[in-house]
Amino acid sequence: MRSFEWVDAQSIDEAATLLAATTANAPVIAKAGGMDVLDLMKEGIVQPTRVVNLKAIRSLGDVKLDNSGMQLGALATLAQIERHAGIRSHYRALAEAAAHAATPQVRNAATIGGNLLQRPRCWYFRNEHFHRVADPDHSEHQHHAIFENQQTVMVHASTLATPLLAYDASVHLTLGKGSSRSVELKDFLLPPSMKRDRDTIIADGEILTHISVPPIHPATRCAYHKQTERDSYDWPICDVAVVLQMNGDTVASAKIVLGWVAPVPRRAVDAEEILISRPLDDRSASEAAAAAVHGATPLAKNAYKVPVLETVIKRTILAAR
Amino acid sequence: MSADAFEQRSLSAGIVGAAVKQVTRKVPQGEPPPWPANAELQVVGKDVPRMDALDKVTGRARYTFDVQLPGMLYARTLNSTLPHARIKSIDTSRAEKHPGVRAVHVLDRLLMAAELRDPGDEAREPYPIVRFTGQPIAAVAATSARAAEAALALIRVEYEPMPHVTEFEAAIDPGSPPVFPGPTEQQATAGGGGAAKGLPQKGNLRGPSKGGSRGEIERGFKEADVVVEGEYRTQVQTHTPLEPHGVVADWRDEELTIYASTQHVMSVRDEAAEIFKLPKEKIRAISDYTGGGFGAKYGIGNYGTLAIHLSRKARAPVRLVLDRREEHVSVGNRPSTLQRLKIGAKRDGSLTAIELHSFGTGGVAAGAGVGMCHHSMYPCPNVSIEHYDVFTNAGPCAAFRGPGQTQGIFAFEQAIDAVAARLGIDPVAMRDKIDTRDADDVRARAAERRIGAEKIGWSRRRAPGSDAGPIKRGIGMAQSMWPYIVNSYTTCEIRIAGDGTVEAFCGTQDIGTGTRTVFAQVVAEELGLRAEDVRVHVGDSRFPPGPPSGGSRVTSSLTPAARNAAHAAARDIASRVAPLLKAPPDELIFKNGRIERRGDSKTSLGFAEALRRAGIETLVHRADRRDDYEGYARKAGELNISPHAIGGVQFAEVCVDTQTGAVKVERVVAVHDCGRPINPKLVESQILGGVTQGVSYALYEDRRLDAATGVQLNANIDQYKIVGSRETPQIEVHLIELLGGQSSTDARGVAEPANVATAAAIANAFFNATGKRIYTLPMTPANVLAALRAE
Repeated sequence: MRSFEWVDAQSIDEAATLLAATTANAPVIAKAGGMDVLDLMKEGIVQPTRVVNLKAIRSLGDVKLDNSGMQLGALATLAQIERHAGIRSHYRALAEAAAHAATPQVRNAATIGGNLLQRPRCWYFRNEHFHRVADPDHSEHQHHAIFENQQTVMVHASTLATPLLAYDASVHLTLGKGSSRSVELKDFLLPPSMKRDRDTIIADGEILTHISVPPIHPATRCAYHKQTERDSYDWPICDVAVVLQMNGDTVASAKIVLGWVAPVPRRAVDAEEILISRPLDDRSASEAAAAAVHGATPLAKNAYKVPVLETVIKRTILAAR
Repeated sequence: MSADAFEQRSLSAGIVGAAVKQVTRKVPQGEPPPWPANAELQVVGKDVPRMDALDKVTGRARYTFDVQLPGMLYARTLNSTLPHARIKSIDTSRAEKHPGVRAVHVLDRLLMAAELRDPGDEAREPYPIVRFTGQPIAAVAATSARAAEAALALIRVEYEPMPHVTEFEAAIDPGSPPVFPGPTEQQATAGGGGAAKGLPQKGNLRGPSKGGSRGEIERGFKEADVVVEGEYRTQVQTHTPLEPHGVVADWRDEELTIYASTQHVMSVRDEAAEIFKLPKEKIRAISDYTGGGFGAKYGIGNYGTLAIHLSRKARAPVRLVLDRREEHVSVGNRPSTLQRLKIGAKRDGSLTAIELHSFGTGGVAAGAGVGMCHHSMYPCPNVSIEHYDVFTNAGPCAAFRGPGQTQGIFAFEQAIDAVAARLGIDPVAMRDKIDTRDADDVRARAAERRIGAEKIGWSRRRAPGSDAGPIKRGIGMAQSMWPYIVNSYTTCEIRIAGDGTVEAFCGTQDIGTGTRTVFAQVVAEELGLRAEDVRVHVGDSRFPPGPPSGGSRVTSSLTPAARNAAHAAARDIASRVAPLLKAPPDELIFKNGRIERRGDSKTSLGFAEALRRAGIETLVHRADRRDDYEGYARKAGELNISPHAIGGVQFAEVCVDTQTGAVKVERVVAVHDCGRPINPKLVESQILGGVTQGVSYALYEDRRLDAATGVQLNANIDQYKIVGSRETPQIEVHLIELLGGQSSTDARGVAEPANVATAAAIANAFFNATGKRIYTLPMTPANVLAALRAE
């Protein structure tokens, strides 16, 4: 790791000003929990001359939940989200995703903002060697995308993005001095690339301040499942979030989002349609799961992900009952 | 040695509490009287707490990683970025001028890899040919690790790339790029390994070696009622010790001191002496603590060579500790295998033919065998073995906890299970039928099968694939076998000061197994003291020779020498104290910290008081490890292999999600023998480690290389997956106490047998759960779903 300068920003404006000074030769990066940033710096993939620590900005850590929905401060930790009683009862899929991310130690430090902004976990991306040579051919792609994998086979790493997309979350960004914009999460995430220094549309100097989620309908049922090789701590084979609005015993509307199977988390629109106006049972769930994986384009070494995903979709739909 | 004269002695042999009989053995004169069973001993056989536990949990224990010397420099290694290349030139001039840099050294000889039988043109190469990505080339020593790291980037290496091959399937193709231009040899190291000499080599295929073949294989299959065939694959596993390989080398005019994270301080000294052409007396190797060693920590390696050169050049101590990536890539691994195994058996289960056609891939190193189980575990008149080593442009293999045998048993014990299934014989009954050699391990396994079957609840085992739903449970078992090895070059020294201080010395090392504690217990038993009364000194090549911590041979080698030295000291003390107690020396016994007359506890003195009153200043006694009373089946230098092996039987209970391919090992019952257990708690700890590592091998660990670059993609402990706390099954350990009448302690090892059978037991449980065989490790969802789909 190269030497770098550390600045504790005291306010959003100060942080924005510091970050705006970034140049190709003297990169300035923001650090929240530092989980991903530290990994990238140790590997030499990110070599900042200055690191702007956002953790001192207290207001960025708030979680607000009321009738108008939920606001998650960018610095809210995964542990905070996992334990928040309101999130657990109203946005269960999100609480579950937080609870199954990484390890307890990491969850205590990792933030929701950092989680959304983290770089892919692809083992080519994570190896400095492949940043020095031409495009790697990703021949070891057993953990990679089975959908939309023509441009890139890498998948976005955030597992919290999966339920947040199912809850129609938006991301709020600022350049400081009162400016701000909000973007729907589905438009915020970009297919990962080794040629860019980020996999979102966030601009230089911009700070992710919070995430907002619309209020939840009382007749909503939701579930989340992350399928892994190991239980203790592992990156997913796939993860699935299901948010269903019920009309009595039948489904009125459905959101099904699939993570770690496409460059960005993928809405299973065909599966959602199958569920509409039908009761939640083994048959409807099976049909929806089959529709969701229809058209998958697995690679030579990751075809196993297709049946795993199908099973996880079906089980997660049924878990939302 | 004063052991020229022998006497006939009647000794107990067999399993304590089950079947002990008297045997007659030719015992060297002067051997201490045999110990009774553990229940009648004071310190040996008891769960004495690990002596260094407090030092370890408080951080006081000094590992090589922690060694800090005045003026010490930090070294970092420059590793090849190509998988196969000639190095045309290396320019270190800019690195040498970098601030803080004190020395730069370029490696002129590569250790660990196979060597050309005839170096030919390569002898004229200015630098060793690069044969794997990550191969060490040079190193820099600087006043900080950061400065050394920065200087590495200033070294210019001009490569001439050569075609490479990293995949086994591609490497066996006759048209694939050869890793070596001609036939090779692989020397054994102190840790074992090496490859049979003079074997043919075509392209990347070295072999076949046919050791263990006998009889007429075709006739054997003709006589068989059933023939079972299978093609088994195992992956490359890296050792991943918590403390990576590393040394601190301190070159002085008068002496070279090497602090090393090692399994054998003597091998560190000896390899350094050979490479630097120094007398052994001028080298001191020290290892207070080693943070894990599973077969790859022997000698000084390339990193040690570099550190010593740098220290010599810089005239300062140099610390070179590998980073996690280097640890995965360049210092050893368990080779992958492909085993085509065909077994013929009669209707009653008896084996008529075993045919093995196997390949092992140890990267740039040879010696990727599959163990001795196929030809030596069960009697079978017709055996045909053909094994090939396959070279690839990948990091070298090294011995790894049950080298060969762990891979071999995965295939062989599944094949036996498959024969049993075909014949409709219960797997336990099948082993009762075929496990019939006349040896201790055979008798041990018979008892262990009974215990294990009862503890796991074998009677509730159902037909394969009995569960109706997608989640299927099953039980399986597999047997272990590992040679009982004795290291003859082993001497213990006991020093007793007049104030009652007892010190024990041996140039072995404690790599976390509890060697210090076991050593102390044996000495304490003879002197009637507590284990904590004995100060144990290990991990220093200045001490009398001690065994390497590998091959499951420390306890078997060390404890008889320790007991004999302590026994001699006790008799010496008895003869001096006898006049004070007015009793014949023969009648004095050492018990509860006192020296007393047998049957008359009033006639006694405290240990220290007795020494003081007898006017003893210092007593020194030494004893060597004598040969086993029955001798050995084979000897190779200091390594002796008993005709009796070490057994062990493991039972596993698994749960398979047949829709996601997730395998969970819920429970393992491990029943083991290690001769006389000196410290059952420490033995249990070793077995817990062996099973855990076995589960990790069976389910997760898998080195992955990028074929285009030879880069290991998961050279970390994030993407290289190792079993975690939630995947660790409930493990129950049961030990038997097996007396062999072979040495003054009758202790044997257990580290390797504890690891050998686990993957096979899990695989057999997988079959019982699903009705399908899992031929490929690790049991990832991808491999599991493929196995479940197969016909």
